[in-house]
Order: sequence, then structure tokens, then C-alpha cells
Amino acid sequence: MGLLDYDFMQRALLASLMVGLVAPAVGVFLVQRRLSLLGDGLGHVALTGVAVGVLTATSPVWTALVAAVLGAVLIELVRARGRTSGDVALAVLFYGGIAGGVVLLSLAPRGQATNLDSYLFGAITTTSREDVVVFAGISVVVLLVVALLGQRLYAVSDDEEYARAVGLPVLGLNVVLAALVASTVVLSMRVVGLLLISALMILPSAIAQLLARSFRETVLLACLIGVLVSVSGTATSFYTGTPSGGTIVLLAIGLFLLVTSAVALRESTARRRHRRRVDVHDAHPHEHGAACGHPPVPHGDHVDYDHDGHLHAPHRTGRGVHYDEHGEHPVPAPPNR
Amino acid sequence: MTPEFPAIRLRGATIGYGDVPIVRNVDLTIAAGEAVAVLGSNGSGKTTLSRGLLGLATMLDGDMQVLGAPVGRLRERGRVGYVPQRHSISGAVPATVREAVAVGRLARLGLFRPLGAADRRAVADAVAAVGLGDRLDDKVAALSGGQQRRVLVARALAAEPELLIMDEPTAGVDAASQEALAGTLATISASGTTLVVVTHESAPLAGVLTRAVVVDHGRVAYDGPLSEAGHHDEHLHHHPPEREPAGYRLDQPTVTPRSATTRER
Ligand SMILES: Nc1ncnc2c1ncn2[C@@H]1O[C@H](COP(=O)(O)OP(=O)(O)OP(=O)(O)O)[C@@H](O)[C@H]1O
Ligand SMILES: [Mg+2]
Ligand SMILES: [Zn+2]
Ligand SMILES: [Zn+2]
Ligand SMILES: [Zn+2]
Ligand SMILES: [Zn+2]
Repeated sequence: MGLLDYDFMQRALLASLMVGLVAPAVGVFLVQRRLSLLGDGLGHVALTGVAVGVLTATSPVWTALVAAVLGAVLIELVRARGRTSGDVALAVLFYGGIAGGVVLLSLAPRGQATNLDSYLFGAITTTSREDVVVFAGISVVVLLVVALLGQRLYAVSDDEEYARAVGLPVLGLNVVLAALVASTVVLSMRVVGLLLISALMILPSAIAQLLARSFRETVLLACLIGVLVSVSGTATSFYTGTPSGGTIVLLAIGLFLLVTSAVALRESTARRRHRRRVDVHDAHPHEHGAACGHPPVPHGDHVDYDHDGHLHAPHRTGRGVHYDEHGEHPVPAPPNR
Repeated sequence: MTPEFPAIRLRGATIGYGDVPIVRNVDLTIAAGEAVAVLGSNGSGKTTLSRGLLGLATMLDGDMQVLGAPVGRLRERGRVGYVPQRHSISGAVPATVREAVAVGRLARLGLFRPLGAADRRAVADAVAAVGLGDRLDDKVAALSGGQQRRVLVARALAAEPELLIMDEPTAGVDAASQEALAGTLATISASGTTLVVVTHESAPLAGVLTRAVVVDHGRVAYDGPLSEAGHHDEHLHHHPPEREPAGYRLDQPTVTPRSATTRER
């Protein structure tokens, strides 16, 4: 009996597929602008929405969406005013959100508020048919907006002041991004959990940026990683009986550690092998160029620089440039070698 | 290109941060197509003035028009290019030179139009113009400080702006690249672009820039031909040399701090 034979698992896997794809696509922009914890804050705010939904017997997905989007817009307006008290305002909003959620949920009639844990940490049994439909709608909208506005969101995240100077609608784009984050938070409330969604927005992009060669590649790779950990984490929690959100995040962290150490290992062996093959000039203090005072010297098929009597061959790596030693200059006469 | 309005017109403009005025009561008109150097000592208000023109500093008093519109209401800002003084490509996710420079192109395209073939060509041309054509697909963070400055210049050039405001574009940039920049600026100036270049070393760009505005303590102390600005420039004119703290020239930014750490792997 495979896990796909259960309806609830089919729905959970669909939900995990969607949140795994969407969360990193939005999260990359948060990482880019060093606002990684915005998703976490909005998760807190969404909990109040959930509580309101439970109390009024409406679908908590919708009330959470309304609460999170309102919170997101409020945060951007506070940030735009740029006062130091903005920090405190955010704390009030975030902790007010989670405190309000917990207190309101405790007021709910017995038997209804018992699934607080599943909202916070995710569960595979809670995704309803209606949830799947709503999540699909949200996913399509979020991905469309990212595809349409991605370059502008990148521009504003990369250098907000420049974007303002050349007239991009900075506040508008910030509000859009915050609203995207809010929608993603809501996507998470079944399988991943409101307290853990931030990890699924941040970690795939942190992994992807170790491997990708451009921002665009980072986004695509992060989405792939997100889907991978989200779906496999959900499947795992079916067998282990652990909360799906926690399982997904632990998988993501495991992958992060694995990739970090693999990259470090690859670099150090590449460096060692390179050192064995050629002498590498240690820590040359500047990058040779047209005006650095070290004359360029044609050497076979490339150009070196004459560094006080020996040749430096520029060698570019992912981490910048260093200089390989290419012998003495002027090249000694053959008998001397 | 003969627009009926000047590129920049300030009337009694006072610009500052918050409610603190820094640049006070400035009258300045720059005609379309002019090439102007903004000179002055550290802290005199050059950056504040140029940020004011871009709507990044607050205008506290007076009247300011850029490309014929009040600063706050300039609709087509895509016509303006800007090189900030501080290194400010700061995103935490690595991006390539191509991606960073493409940002300069976006404002022209409105909110939704994607970059087209012509835009991609303009990006590649701008990067080639600052001599980084072979680094298009390298990560910006892997470049040296001076090279990163040139990326910022390329970003502004890619916009093919009508008005180009550059805040110390040559700081920390080697002589060959400064020369190349002078050539590029000469070309776009000849095609009608208005240039406003804040600089401490006007010599490399002296062939391009014709007029100088010297700012001193937030006021315009000289406005005239660049060739005669020397007598009026900064400290020597307004303060006897012995009143200067010893070594004050040390804090003139010739190398951005970034460059020291990013060069070697
Ligand atoms: N963000 C800011 N908030 C408040 N005051 C500022 C700000 N930026 C600059 N100032 C003040 O404005 C004055 C002018 O600074 P500005 O940066 O315009 O000088 P500058 O002429 O560009 O100098 P430099 O040659 O060093 O670049 C300085 O006294 C500075 O302390
Ligand atoms: Mg300045
Ligand atoms: Zn050497
Ligand atoms: Zn050298
Ligand atoms: Zn090497
Ligand atoms: Zn060689």
C-alpha cells in the first residue's frame, strides 16, 4: 500500500509541491534584501487570522490570508517611514499576532482549538479538498506576479536607492513583495506550519546561491530544492509519524550542511591540486591592470605581468583572481634553465 | 535635440536631510547638453546637491525643476542616469555584472515590459564601454573595488539617459579606465546628453567637462568655465592652508574600502 493510495496524502503532497515551489521563489528576494525574517513575522500575524477563522467558523485559510496581507502592507508602510521606532512597531505587530492568535484560539469551543500544533508546525492529515483548490489559486497568482515583476523586484531588492532615483515605484514594489510573502505564509499553514515557513523561504535560496552562477539561476535552483525537500519531507513524515513541517525543515537544513561542506571540500581540493601543479603567488596585493606599474608581457597564448622580475599569470576563479607564477622575466636563455 | 527647458533649474533651492538644511539657497541653471563638473571639498554638499536633484534628499525650500518637471513629479525618470558615490550594489544573493547593469535599463521600460533584444544589446555595450566586456557573466561580488565602481557607471550608461548625474565616477578607478570613461562621456555628451559629474579629480575629464560649479559650505562659490575654476576651488581659496588639519587630503576617497578585501581570493 503506497502513500498515494490515501486521499489525504495525495492532498498533502499536492500542497507540499505548491508551497515548495512558491516559498523559495518569493524567499530569494527576502534574502536578497536581508529581510529574511519577514516571513516569520507574517507567520505570527497569520495566526491571529487563523483564530478569527476558527472562532467565526469561516475557513481559516481566508482569514489568515486577510490578516497576513494586512500585516504585510502595514509593515511596508512602517518601513517606508524609516524611523527607528519602526523596529518596535514590527515587534508589536509580530508578537501581537501570535499572542492574539493563541488567546483567541483558547476561547474557541472545546474540541476545535486542539489542532494549534498543526497550524504552527504542519501536519499531513489536515489539507482539505478546498484547501488544495485555494492553494493552487494562490500559487498561480504568486508565480505569475514573480514572473512578471521579478526583474523589478530584483532591482528594488538590490539597490533601493537607485531604484528610487530612476523612478521605479519602490513603495509599490515593496508592498507587492510583502503581499507575496503573506500569501506564501498562508500556503504553508497545512503542511509546513506558520512557525516554520520562513525556513522554507530562506534555506533553499541559501543552498542555491552556493551553487548558482547568477541571480536567475539561484531563483530556479532554489525552487527545485524547495520542491525536493518539501515533497520528500511530507512523504517521510507519513512513515515516521513526525510533524511534516519540522521534517521538511530538518531535511532542508541537512541539505544545507551537506552542500556547504561539499562546496568547501571541492574548493580546498581544487586549491591543493592547483598548488601542486603550479606555484601560486600568495596574496598579491592588487589586481594587475593597465596602470599598476607592472608591464604586461605576452607569454605564449596569454598575457602575464612582470612582477619585479617574474611573471604573474592572472587566474580567475569563482572567488576572484590570483596569480600563478609563470617563471622569470626576462625568460632566461635556454642553457641556464 | 533642443528641448525648450533647461535640464536643471534651481531657484533658491535648499536641500537637506530630515529638516537639517545642508545645501542652502542655490540658484543654478544647467542647459540641456551641458557638461558640468561639481567641485568642492569633502563635506561641502556636492553629494547632497546631486541627491536632491534625484529626489533622494529633501528639498526644504525654493524651487527645483529637472528635465522640465518638479523633482517629485518627474514622470519619465527613466531618462535620468545616476552613479551613487557609495558602493551600493549590496544584495545578499550573488548576481552577475549583466544582471546588475540590466537594472539601469528597467526604468525606461515601465512596470511590466521585459528586456528586449535592444535592451540586452545596450547592457552589453555599456559594460564594454567600461572595459568589463569579458566579465559580463562574472559575479559582481567577485570584482575588485574599482571594477565594481565601473559596473555602477555601466548601469547608468545602459539607461542611455538624457541627464546623467555621476557622483565621483572615477574614485578608485585606474588611469586607463578613467581615460576610457572620458571617451565614452565625450561621445554621449556630443549626442546631447547633459552631464553633471561630481569629482575631486577633474583633470581626466577636463576634455569633456566645460563648466564648473564649486560648492563650498553648502553654497555655490564659483560657477564658470572649468579651466578657471582652479583659483576658486575648495580649501585654498576660502581658508588659509595653515588652518587645515594636517593631512586632510587623506580622507579624499581615492580607493573604495571594498577593493582592499575583494581582490585576492
Ligand atoms: N544622510 C545624511 N544625514 C544627515 N546629514 C548628512 C547626510 N549625508 C551627509 N550629511 C551631511 O551633509 C554635509 C554634506 O555632505 P555631502 O555628502 O553632500 O558632502 P560632499 O560634498 O559630497 O563630500 P565628499 O567630497 O566627502 O563626498 C556633511 O556635513 C554631512 O555631514
Ligand atoms: Mg560626496
Ligand atoms: Zn610572484
Ligand atoms: Zn601590478
Ligand atoms: Zn591559479
Ligand atoms: Zn604565462
